[in-house]
Amino acid sequence: MTFDQIRIILTEKIGAEFVSGEDKGELQPQLNVNADSLRKVCSELLSNIDLYFDFLSSITAVDNGVSVNTFDLLYHLYSIPYNHSLVLKVTIPRGTDESLPSVDSICSVWQGANWQEREIYDMFGILFNDHPDLRRILLPEDWIGFPLRKDYQTQEFYHGIKVENPISN
Amino acid sequence: MSLSQAKTGSGGIVLTKLDDVVNWARLSSLWPMGFGIACCAIEMMGAYASGYDLDRFGVFPRPSPRQSDVMIVAGTVTFKMADRIRRLYEQMPEPRYVISMGSCSNCGGPYWEHGYHVVKGVDKIIPVDIYVPGCPPRPEALIGGFLKLQEKIRNEQNLSAPKAIQNLLNQKQASS
Amino acid sequence: MSQRVIEFIYKEENLRLSEPNFFRAEDLKPGEMIINLGPQHPSTHGVLRLEVLTDGETVKEVIPHMGYLHRCFEKHAEKLPYNQIIPFVDRLDYMAAMNSEHIFAMGVEKMLGIEDKIPKRTEYIRVLVAELNRIASHFIAVGTYAIDIGAVTPFLWLMRDREHINRMLEWVCGARMLYNYIWIGGLFYDLPVGFEERCREFVTYLRPKLKELQQLVINNKIFIERTANVGILPLNLAINYGISGPCLRASGLRYDLRRVDQYSVYPELDFDIPVGEGQVGTKGDCWDRNYVRVLECYESLKIIEQCLDQLCGNHKRTRDFDPQAIAPKKIRPKAMDFYIRGESPKGELGFFFRSTGTYDIPARVHGRSPCMMNLAVLPEISRGVMVADLIAILGSIDVVMGEIDR
Repeated sequence: MTFDQIRIILTEKIGAEFVSGEDKGELQPQLNVNADSLRKVCSELLSNIDLYFDFLSSITAVDNGVSVNTFDLLYHLYSIPYNHSLVLKVTIPRGTDESLPSVDSICSVWQGANWQEREIYDMFGILFNDHPDLRRILLPEDWIGFPLRKDYQTQEFYHGIKVENPISN
Repeated sequence: MSLSQAKTGSGGIVLTKLDDVVNWARLSSLWPMGFGIACCAIEMMGAYASGYDLDRFGVFPRPSPRQSDVMIVAGTVTFKMADRIRRLYEQMPEPRYVISMGSCSNCGGPYWEHGYHVVKGVDKIIPVDIYVPGCPPRPEALIGGFLKLQEKIRNEQNLSAPKAIQNLLNQKQASS
Repeated sequence: MSQRVIEFIYKEENLRLSEPNFFRAEDLKPGEMIINLGPQHPSTHGVLRLEVLTDGETVKEVIPHMGYLHRCFEKHAEKLPYNQIIPFVDRLDYMAAMNSEHIFAMGVEKMLGIEDKIPKRTEYIRVLVAELNRIASHFIAVGTYAIDIGAVTPFLWLMRDREHINRMLEWVCGARMLYNYIWIGGLFYDLPVGFEERCREFVTYLRPKLKELQQLVINNKIFIERTANVGILPLNLAINYGISGPCLRASGLRYDLRRVDQYSVYPELDFDIPVGEGQVGTKGDCWDRNYVRVLECYESLKIIEQCLDQLCGNHKRTRDFDPQAIAPKKIRPKAMDFYIRGESPKGELGFFFRSTGTYDIPARVHGRSPCMMNLAVLPEISRGVMVADLIAILGSIDVVMGEIDR
């Protein structure tokens, strides 16, 4: 099934207002989705008999930079019986240090999203609403900052050890 | 003089220094706590296995730090792991030695430039005796590291009390 | 002792601050215990920490803690050009480095649009070394699993056979384990003269050894008693968790990305996809996962033989073959987002690239780690088993911490 057919089936079922556009791109077209309609779209993609996207491959977050001031979240979905694929894109504002950006969690739809969302929280600082267990996964709990952001500064010392190599920078 | 050059009588008697005997006993059966963290651990396992047998040197891996003489830090040391390495080092009884295997634990390795979570060298956390370079070092290089450690132990001169007791004695002497 | 100054401050409470425990001693009911299979353990296959809440000997809950090997791969990838990221990709899954390089190089070539221009000989060599590395990775998986179960002999035998593979790959590219051989647009060197004959000898040498391995370990009564009906993974749970690779195939689904996505020269090669059928025990238990891995080694040998036939026949070595001919000097793909996935010995390894179109350096690289998704199912399938069975289940999932922590 091609990308356009998938989009038609999806918008027929749940309405066109949940999907906000598409990026036809060079190789892999992306479907832009609003942040608040994410969970509805995902549960429809899983439960629809013609679409049946049962395999969540990966969730990726991209920092667009301080000037653009947004994060992109990309969801790569595959369907095992029908062998078609889809990419969802959600764009959320960057937020501030006090109020981190947040998005709905899709752990209730695909349980594989649990650890991937924890990793995105750890690296970017994006909160996920209704996540069963949102805490840091790869970095220590008392680490300061979210490393994969573009404006990340490494802390000076951690438990007495100098973090940066004195030769670099 | 080393044990091999000691005088031997005809009745199976060896005359040598106590230092040499103790050093010979220590270096002939170095039991490592193989602390395999990352890729170097696979080469370390290759060194224990039958291709490059380390057992012929008396090296026999032990799972627990409390039963081992030498700690081979094989792999990248991260900040999250740093506290645990220190704790394992303190759990080892003296005399204890540390071999830093691979370039990640020598100096941070390929991650020295942008690795925010990598400790640039395990010698920032524990004192290291032998550095084995390579990424990963061949099993022959690890065997070479062990032979150098054996040489170092052979030349040790301190048949003295372990450091903790030495410190206590020094304190007592200083206060009295 | 070293002359450097140790500038580290060690405090007991730092351990609790950096990785707090999930369970607390105050909430325990009578008869319950919290066991810590800490980061240093002979059977955790790297630095993984498991916090286990047990009721006597039965496991009630397992919480994995990871991140002890987080080496900032994605941050390095944002600062280096595409071809300089290949050594870091090697070190993700260090037991099957060729497969990771292959998938990464394929992704960048697709973005550049040069995947049709890669010479067929290069493609066959890539598949050859990738399958050799697949066999090596499965050997370590089954060997260390046997040690966890309690048998030391399979480990020694498999390491001896793995040494042959290491020596052959060292002959090809100079390194035993972390190769930097598959470059974007080609290879580093061509195969050395005489390699094809040695490889054929190795294939004839290895087939009876695999049969021996089956007799020693897989059909061994004690191994069957330890692993059959333990850690059963139902298929719908596996798909919902995003599990792939031998763990998914052991639960009954014949899904292999080499067949599904049809990348590289795999459509021209003839091989089967082994599936778990629950011959001793239930479908999807630990025995099935190991059995699927051993059968995959047979299939890899088939693929290697077909590649050798092509490399000695249709695509013989010629004097003017330069594997670096198509490799571009400046790798600058157009601005796009692209996700490539491929079948590594652990499962579906994927790379996501975002390129800006103006720099040689990617704006974002994300590695989708198969071991991390496979490990996520461990708390689900290990409820109600004994502690020794927990070790068996963890070993059968075959985790490599370098990939999980990236």
